[in-house]
Amino acid sequence: MIIQTKSDIVPSEITPQQVFDQRRHFIQQASVGLIAASAALLSQPLHAALANTAKVETNRVGAASKSGSFGSRQKIANVTKTSYGAGEKLTPYDDITTYNNYYEFGTDKAEPALNSKLFKPHPWTVSIEGEVKKNKTISIEDIYKLAPLEERIYRMRCVEGWSMVIPWIGLPLAQLIKWAEPNANAKYVEFISLADKQQMSGINLPILDWPYSEGLRLDEAMHPLAIMAVGLYGEQLPNQNGAPMRLVVPWKYGFKGAKSIVKIRFSEKMPVSSWMKAGPSEYGFYANVNPQVEHPRWSQASEKRIGGGLFAGRIKTQMFNGYAEQVGQMYAGLDLRKNF
Amino acid sequence: MAIQQNSIASLLRAVPSKKQMRGIKLIVFALCLAPLLRLFWLGAHDALSANPVEFVEHSTGFWTLFILLTSLSLTPLRLITRCAWPIQLRRMLGLFMFFYVCLHLTTYLWLDYSFNWTDIINDIVKHPYVLLGSSAFILAIPLAITSSHAMMRRLGRRWLQLHRLVYLIAMLGVIHFWWLVKKDIREPLLFASVLLILLAIRVYYKILAKQRKRLEN
Repeated sequence: MIIQTKSDIVPSEITPQQVFDQRRHFIQQASVGLIAASAALLSQPLHAALANTAKVETNRVGAASKSGSFGSRQKIANVTKTSYGAGEKLTPYDDITTYNNYYEFGTDKAEPALNSKLFKPHPWTVSIEGEVKKNKTISIEDIYKLAPLEERIYRMRCVEGWSMVIPWIGLPLAQLIKWAEPNANAKYVEFISLADKQQMSGINLPILDWPYSEGLRLDEAMHPLAIMAVGLYGEQLPNQNGAPMRLVVPWKYGFKGAKSIVKIRFSEKMPVSSWMKAGPSEYGFYANVNPQVEHPRWSQASEKRIGGGLFAGRIKTQMFNGYAEQVGQMYAGLDLRKNF
Repeated sequence: MAIQQNSIASLLRAVPSKKQMRGIKLIVFALCLAPLLRLFWLGAHDALSANPVEFVEHSTGFWTLFILLTSLSLTPLRLITRCAWPIQLRRMLGLFMFFYVCLHLTTYLWLDYSFNWTDIINDIVKHPYVLLGSSAFILAIPLAITSSHAMMRRLGRRWLQLHRLVYLIAMLGVIHFWWLVKKDIREPLLFASVLLILLAIRVYYKILAKQRKRLEN
C-alpha cells in the first residue's frame, strides 16, 4: 500500500533539546518554593487535584535530575527520520511526560511520572501465544533489531477530548507480527500489559480488570501506520509513557495504545479489552477517532491540543484523527456508529 | 473525663465578641480566596499542568463543591454541638460558592469553548453531566441575588423556602462531578457521602424535634 505523504519535516520544527532542558531547569527552581508553599497552605490529603501541581512539579524536578546524575534517559542511535507529521507543531517533552493516562501508576494524570520512577523496563521479554505457528518469546533488545527504527511524528487524540503531537520512535508493528508468525486462524491480535503489584501501585485498586489489554483486527495491526513504539523525542520511552514498548495506533483513541506490553496473543475471536469490560456503552473494540460519534461524557467534535496554554481554544477533530486517507478503506461497509 | 467534655462543650458554646467575629470573618474570607490566589500563582509560574484549562476547571469546580458543603455543615454543627455562632459565616460561604461557580462557568465558556455557542449548546444537550452542572448554576443565581439582609427582610418566610434550593443545588453539583469522572470515583464518592451525612443529621434532628413536640402536647 502507498502511504500518502506530503513533504519532509524541516529540522527546525523540532524543538532543540536544550530549550526543553532550560525550561525544566527553570521549573526545577520554581518548584522548590511551590511545593513548600502549597504544602503549607493547602494540606488536604483527600484531594488529588490539590496535590496535582506539587506532583507535576516534583516530577519535573525528577525529569531534570534524570538528565543529570541518574542518567536513565538514553538516546536511541540510528533512527531513520520519516516525513510523517510534517507541519505539525510538536507537543513539548515536559507535557508528554507529565500528563499520562496510565492507571497502573495512578488515575491522576500527574501520578504516572511520579509513581513509575522505580519501574524497571529492563530486562524485558515479550511472549507470543495463541493462534501462532509456535509459542515463543522475544527480548526487547531483539525487538530493537527486528527492523530499522523510525521516527514517526503522530497526532494522538485521547477519548477525553485532548490531543498531542508526539515524535515516537518505533518499528512498524507489521514487522513484529511477521516475526510472530500467526497461523491461518488468527483474525485478531491482543496486546497485554504488565500487571506487577510490586512495581505498579495502581494495580492494587480494582479500577480496571488487570492486566490492561487492548486489541486490533489483524489487518489493522498490519497497517503501515501502526507502530510498536520504543522511544520518543530521540530517547528510550520514559516509564510513564509505557517503557520499554507500547502500541501506537494514531487513527484510534489513545487508550488503544497498550503500554509496557508483555504478551501478544493472536485469536480467532474478537478479544474483549479492559475498557470494553469497564464501560461497554462507552468504549468499543474499534475506538476509531470519529467526530460524528458522541461519547456520553466528552464531545468528540473538537479537541484541546496540549501545549497551547490557557487561551488556545479548541481545534476540530478530524475523521480517523486525520488519517482517513490511509486507513478509511479498512472500514468500508462497517457501521461506525455501531462499531464505535 | 466528664469535666473535660464539659469544657470542650463550653468552649464551643462560647460566643465570640463582635471584634472577635470580625477577625474570624476576615480569616475565613482569606481562606476562601486562597484557592484563587493559588491558581494565579501557579499560572504565573507555568505550573498549571499540561492541560491548564482542565486544571482550572477542575480546581474551581472542586472548591465550589467544597465551600458549598462547608456552608451546609454549619447547621448540623449547631444541632450536634449547640454552637450557633458559625452560622454567621454562612452568607459569606454561600457567596464564595457562587463566586467559584462563576469562575468555573467562565473557564468553561471562555477558556474551554471560546464562547463558541453552537458547540456549547451541543455539549449541554448531549452530555448529561454538563446539563446538571448548568442547571445547578441557574438555580444558584436567585440565591445569590437574595442573599442580602434587605432581601431577607423583604421576602420574609418565602426567603427560607427559596433558600431550601441549596439542597437541590448541592445534589446536582455532586452528581455533576460523579458523572464527569471516568472510572476512579473516589473523590465524588467522598463528596456524596459527606452530603448524605449532612442531610441525614438534619433529618434525624427534625424527627427528634417532632417527637419532642408530640410528647409535650
